[in-house]
Amino acid sequence: MARVVVDVMPKPEILDPQGKAVLGALPRLGFSGVADVRQGKRFELTVDGEITDEVLAEVDKMAETLLSNPVIEDYSVRVEVDA
Amino acid sequence: MRVGVVTFPGSLDDVDAVRAVRLAGHEAQPLWHGDADLRGVDAVVLPGGFSYGDYLRAGAISRFAPVMTEVVAAAGRGMPVLGICNGFQILTESHLLPGALIRNHHRKFICRDQALVIENTATAWTSGYRTGEEVTVVLKNGEGAFAADEQTLDRLEGEGRVVARYVGNPNGSMRDIAGVTNERGNVVGLMPHPEHAVEEGYGPGVAGLGFFTSLLETVAS
Repeated sequence: MARVVVDVMPKPEILDPQGKAVLGALPRLGFSGVADVRQGKRFELTVDGEITDEVLAEVDKMAETLLSNPVIEDYSVRVEVDA
Repeated sequence: MRVGVVTFPGSLDDVDAVRAVRLAGHEAQPLWHGDADLRGVDAVVLPGGFSYGDYLRAGAISRFAPVMTEVVAAAGRGMPVLGICNGFQILTESHLLPGALIRNHHRKFICRDQALVIENTATAWTSGYRTGEEVTVVLKNGEGAFAADEQTLDRLEGEGRVVARYVGNPNGSMRDIAGVTNERGNVVGLMPHPEHAVEEGYGPGVAGLGFFTSLLETVAS
């Protein structure tokens, strides 16, 4: 069964305080070498039936209207197949 | 005037907004998020709180509440709409106002008295103030930083659509913006809470009352 995954990330020019908090916590736990952290959201949509171009176009519309806010976030849509 | 105050699941400041509306001399009409009915009101307040638990993004789910279809349509016809805090977030998510509200840059929830400068007194909600008037109301939010691209910010400033600016930026809002309006001036979004500054002895004075009394002058003129 296939899933459609939508990744939503804050736009590069938008400050990401949550990512900054994670970045600040890493060295305190002894992790080094991380230059930056950006925190986003991942949505997994299990779709009825086959994933066609029409379904992907519909998911794209969902991502643009609800899952992301295009003013502050970018999104990407991809199909994921379970092993 | 009859002023509707919408209650969403998770609204906190709807009762305070109703009280502010009454203290300003209006009739308050509670409205319910699930009803696609504005009950004949002349203006609408979207109050503060955490509607739908801020799930997904603050205001993102409320935007699709049945009442919002009516609010968006009425705003398009020129009805005065004021969104306070979470209400402002709902207005940006509804595309009635430009920009977005993101997490405060210092990651802390702020709750304090906050001075603002009223810059635009041509809106339905600010006509009772003087341009440049400094008012102190309450600020309380975790995701109150106004964000928009440079072009949008330039346009807002160029068109005089910045309604209020912070005196001392509390949360990383771009260009110190605390509130903005639409092109027509009937829709205003404001991060701070004027409804918490309408009675002596409760909050930092009565400087917030002007947002609600301005409506009378708007209609009279």
